[in-house]
Amino acid sequence: MLQGHQSWVFPNKPTILSSATVVGPFEGEGPLANDYDFIHSDLWLGQDSYEKAEEKMMEEACERAIHKAGLQKEDIQFFLSGDLLNQIISSSFAARTLAVPYLGLFGACSTSMESLALASLLVDSKYAKYALCGTSSHNAAVEKQFRYPNEYGAQKPPTAQWTVTGAGAAVVSPQGDGPKVTSATIGKVIDMGISDPFNMGAAMAPAAVDTITAHLRDLDISPWEYDLIATGDLAM
Amino acid sequence: MSDKKKKKLTPTQQEYQAFAKEREPQRPVLANCLKAFLVGGAICLLGQGIQDFFIWNFDFTEKTAGNPTIAVLIFLSVVLTSLGVYDHLAQWAGAGSAVPVTGFANSMASAAIEHRTEGFVLGVGGKMFKLAGSVIVFGVFAAFIVALIKTF
Repeated sequence: MLQGHQSWVFPNKPTILSSATVVGPFEGEGPLANDYDFIHSDLWLGQDSYEKAEEKMMEEACERAIHKAGLQKEDIQFFLSGDLLNQIISSSFAARTLAVPYLGLFGACSTSMESLALASLLVDSKYAKYALCGTSSHNAAVEKQFRYPNEYGAQKPPTAQWTVTGAGAAVVSPQGDGPKVTSATIGKVIDMGISDPFNMGAAMAPAAVDTITAHLRDLDISPWEYDLIATGDLAM
Repeated sequence: MSDKKKKKLTPTQQEYQAFAKEREPQRPVLANCLKAFLVGGAICLLGQGIQDFFIWNFDFTEKTAGNPTIAVLIFLSVVLTSLGVYDHLAQWAGAGSAVPVTGFANSMASAAIEHRTEGFVLGVGGKMFKLAGSVIVFGVFAAFIVALIKTF
């Protein structure tokens, strides 16, 4: 139910039954390597384009999440997902393969939490028994679409981020073991006029701050009630 | 930031941008200039070496050796781009590898490689001038203006 101006509180506390992450080679070299479900050694994933590789990662993440939850594809009522490419093609084609009723989301970097919030809303209000939510991005596909060709020799400034090659999916259900989703706050788009594609951090930070403050205000709690407040985007 | 660009922003946006600017890691300008000088110079030195090679070993004069020299440099740049080396070199060298003719070849080869997955005609053919196109358009236009000035 609505609380405050822009927050939902979920009285039935939907559970994140399982989650799965599939990443590319560069991410696999990072400090989180042991936490990923699958690390691909090839950016192409044996596909003939980076876009198809992203779709494949999304499919794999979804399959693994469903499998870890001990479910079948047929048990999932809705699949909520999005990505960074035009017409969210990776998600849409993954939805075709999954053959699960699909809600395409376009929140760019916020899609991971947007899909989780909406999946929790569906489950909490009993409009779905099992909802699958997820997001994906592919470094090479994104560089191609938003920046320069991958092999183009342009010097990147120190503020430049690396868009992740990876996909993540989670199954949300009304009960079970796992983290509970107790509330969600939907944030506003805050544009501070940062127009540099190599400085995404500064472009997105104001929205994160605004959403966190709105969350604390709506729920009438102090930040100290949380052990950890984390934010992030589809990059590192 | 230019004043014209600044005028379009609200006071809050301007304040935030100043706040963010203070906190972002700065580009090491002096080190970048030095690296660009070294790499750019090295590429030119290589070019000079190739030119001399053509003059000494074949029937070229200082004037006619230019074309084969550029062709060799372009070839080297395309090979390095294809091997995925050139963008790493460029990250270190900056303008040093972007300004010489090798940078121009890299901009075309990288775009051609990038759009290969979209097919040869609409992908490679259509998009390989994505970055180099503007150089050609404005280069030709500037040459036209200069030619006009010279004529009259």
